[in-house]
Amino acid sequence: MNYNWNWGIFWELNPEGTGTYLDMLLMGLRWTLAAAALAAVIALVFGSIIGVIRTLPGRALVLAGDAWVEFFRNIPLLVQLFLWYFVLPELLPRAAGIWLKTLPNASFWTGAIGVGLFMSSRVAEQVKAGIRSLPRGQSMAGTALGLTTAQTYRYVLLPMAFRIILPPLTSELLNTVKNTSVALTIGLMELTARTRAMQEYSFQVFEAFTAATLIYLALNAALTFLMRRLERAVAVPGYVTGK
Amino acid sequence: MSNSAAPMIEMAAVSKWYSPQFQVLKDCTTSVDRGEVVVVCGPSGSGKSTLIKCVNALEPFQAGTIRVDGINLSDPGTNLPKLRARIGMVFQHFELFPHLKITENLCLAQEKVLGRSREEAMAKGKALLERVGLSEHAEKFPGQLSGGQQQRVAIARALAMDPIAMLFDEPTSALDPEMITEVLDVMVELAREGMTMMVVTHEMGFARKVAHRVVFMDRGEIIEDRSKDEFFGSPRSDRAQLFLSKILSH
Amino acid sequence: MFQFDFDIILKTLPYLLKEGMVFTLTLTALAALGGLVLGTLLALMRLSTLPGIALFATGYVNLMRSLPLVLVIFWFYFLVPYIGQAILRTERPVEVGAFASALITFTLFEAAYFSEIMRAGIQSVPKGQLSAGYALGLSYRQVMSYVVVPQALRNMLPVILTQTIVLFQDTSLVYVISITDFLGAASKVAQRDGRLIEMYLFAALVYFLISFLASLLVRRLQARTAIIR
Ligand SMILES: Nc1ncnc2c1ncn2[C@@H]1O[C@H](COP(=O)(O)OP(=O)(O)O)[C@@H](O)[C@H]1O
Ligand SMILES: [Mg+2]
Repeated sequence: MNYNWNWGIFWELNPEGTGTYLDMLLMGLRWTLAAAALAAVIALVFGSIIGVIRTLPGRALVLAGDAWVEFFRNIPLLVQLFLWYFVLPELLPRAAGIWLKTLPNASFWTGAIGVGLFMSSRVAEQVKAGIRSLPRGQSMAGTALGLTTAQTYRYVLLPMAFRIILPPLTSELLNTVKNTSVALTIGLMELTARTRAMQEYSFQVFEAFTAATLIYLALNAALTFLMRRLERAVAVPGYVTGK
Repeated sequence: MSNSAAPMIEMAAVSKWYSPQFQVLKDCTTSVDRGEVVVVCGPSGSGKSTLIKCVNALEPFQAGTIRVDGINLSDPGTNLPKLRARIGMVFQHFELFPHLKITENLCLAQEKVLGRSREEAMAKGKALLERVGLSEHAEKFPGQLSGGQQQRVAIARALAMDPIAMLFDEPTSALDPEMITEVLDVMVELAREGMTMMVVTHEMGFARKVAHRVVFMDRGEIIEDRSKDEFFGSPRSDRAQLFLSKILSH
Repeated sequence: MFQFDFDIILKTLPYLLKEGMVFTLTLTALAALGGLVLGTLLALMRLSTLPGIALFATGYVNLMRSLPLVLVIFWFYFLVPYIGQAILRTERPVEVGAFASALITFTLFEAAYFSEIMRAGIQSVPKGQLSAGYALGLSYRQVMSYVVVPQALRNMLPVILTQTIVLFQDTSLVYVISITDFLGAASKVAQRDGRLIEMYLFAALVYFLISFLASLLVRRLQARTAIIR
C-alpha cells in the first residue's frame, strides 16, 4: 500500500487557524453533541406526545398521529433536511422566509430540529408499543380509582411504559447521534464533516477517519453506559423487563 | 463392520455433567441387543432423555463409553453424522420441519445424507407413508396434521433412512389421549418385525406387550435393569414400586 | 407568491427515472441481497462455539452499528481503491466505479444490521429442530442450510423487508460522494435549473410513496403470517 502514514498530523496546525487538527475534530464533536442533544429532546417530546395520542380512543387523533409517523418515517432523512433547509423558507411568507434564511447557525437549527422530528416517529412507535404492552387492567384500574385519562397516563401508564422501552430508547438515542452526521449535507460542521475537511486539507484520509471512528465508538460506549445506569436507577424492584 | 454377536447398543459407566455441581447421568450401564425392545422409564427429570440422546451423540458425555453396532462414539475417528443416519430417532414434540411438505420431510435426509435420487427417496417415503396410513396427506405441511398424524410421519421419516435401531423419547406424551393408540400401534408393529428399539415411555401397556427389558431410572442412575416379567412381577426397589403405583393408578 | 413549475418535473422525469431511480433500486436490491447473505454468515459466526470466530463477527457488527452511515460511506470511498490495489497487486490504487463502490459499502454496512435480524431468527428456531436434523444424520452445514436458516428467513421476513425499506431510503446518502442516484439526479436538475423547490418536493413525494406502499404490503404480509402461525 503506497500510502504515507502520518499519525503526528493531529498535532499539526489546521489551515482554518483554529488550532491543531485534533482541535478541529473536537470542535466537530461539540457540534455533534449539541445537535444530538437538541434532536434527542425534540424526538422525546414529540415522540411521546404522538405515541400517547395513538393509543387514545379518539379516531381523529389516532389518524393524525399515524400521519405524523408515516410522514417522518417514509422520507429519507437527507431529503427531509433538504425540505426544511432549501424548500421551507421559499414557501413561507416573504418576511418569515428571509428571517429563516438569515438565521445565525441556520444549518445547526435546521439539522437538529430535522433529525429530532425524524427520530420522533421512531420514538412514537416505541412509546405506543410500550403502552400497548401493559396489561389492559392497568388502565382500567386507573379509571376505576377515579383518575382522569390524563392522570391515568401520567401516574399509571407512562411511568411503566417508559421503563419498559428504555433499552430500545437507548438505541434510538445512539441513532440520533449518528444521524446528526447527515446534517453535513446542509453545511453543519459536525464531527464527520470536520473529518472530511481534515482529509481534504491534509490528505491524511485514514488517520482522520480512524480518529472519527474511535470518537464515535467512545461516544457510543459512554452513552450506553449512562443509559444502563439510568435503567438500573429507575428499575422497579421485583419487576423484570423482558430483556 | 457389523459384529452380530455384540449388542447393538452398549453403554458402560456413562457419566455426564451439565455443570461441575450437577451430574445428570451417574455411571449408567446397560445394553440393547439386536432385535430387542428396551423400555426406559422413571420420574420426570431423572435423565431419561439425556441418556437416550447420548446414544446417537446428540448430547456429549464426559465419562464412560457407548458403542453402537460396535462403533465407539467417543473415538475421534467416528463419523457422527454417518452413524446418526443409521439410528432413527423420534421426539416428544415430533420435530417435523414446518417449512417442508410431508414428502419433503421424508426425502430431505435420504437425498442429502444417503445420496438417494429424488425418485428413489420419494418411492421409499410414499411406501412408508402408506404403511403409517397417511398417504392422502403427502402434499400437506406438518402444521395441517394432527399431533398423532405428525408423530406417525416422524416415525416414517426415521424409517426412511433404513435404521439399524430406533430411539423413541416419550413419543406419545405430547399427544391427546385419543391419538396415543394410533402411534403405539405403529410402534408395536415395528417391534414385532424385530426392530431394535430403545423407548422412553410411561405407557406400561406398551411395555407389557412388546418390551423384552425395562430400565428404571431415578436421579440420573439406573436403579433397575431387568426382564419385563421380573420388573412387573416384583420390582425390588422402593422407588420403582412407588413410581409404578403412581403411574398405574391413574 | 411562489409558482410551482410542473413542467420541469415532466421534462426531466425520464432522466430522473432512467438514470436515478434505476440506480437507486438496483443498489437497494443488490445490497439487500448481499447484505442478507453476508449477514446470515455473520449471524452463524456469532453463534459459533469457536470463540475467535464469534468474537470477530461480534466486533464487526458492533463496529458497523456504532458508526454513522455517512462516515462509513466516506471510509469505503477512500478505502476500496486501496483494497483493490492490494488484491489485484496493481501499481496504483484501483479506480472503482461509483456503483461498485456504493454496492460494496451498503452490502458491508447492511450486513451488520441483517446479521442482528438473522441472529434473532436463528435463535427463534426451537432447539428440537436442530436435534431432529442431526438425528437424521445431517451435518452442521446441512442442518443450517435446510432446517434452520429457511425457518429463520421465513420468521423474519417482515423485519427483513422493513429493513430493506430503510436501506432504500438510506441509499440517498450516496449524495455525499456525488453519485447520481434518484436524489442525486433530482438535485442536479434542481441546481442546474434553479428549481430546488419542485425537485426536492417531488423527490420527497416519490420516496414517500414507494416506502409507504411497501410498508403497507409488509404489514399485510405480517398479518397473514400471524394467522397461519
Ligand atoms: N441443557 C441442560 N442444561 C442443564 N440442565 C439440563 C439440561 N437439559 C436437561 N437438564 C436437566 O437434566 C435433568 C434430566 O433431564 P432429562 O434428561 O430431560 O430428564 P427426563 O427426560 O427424564 O425428564 C433435569 O433435571 C433437567 O432439568
Ligand atoms: Mg424427557
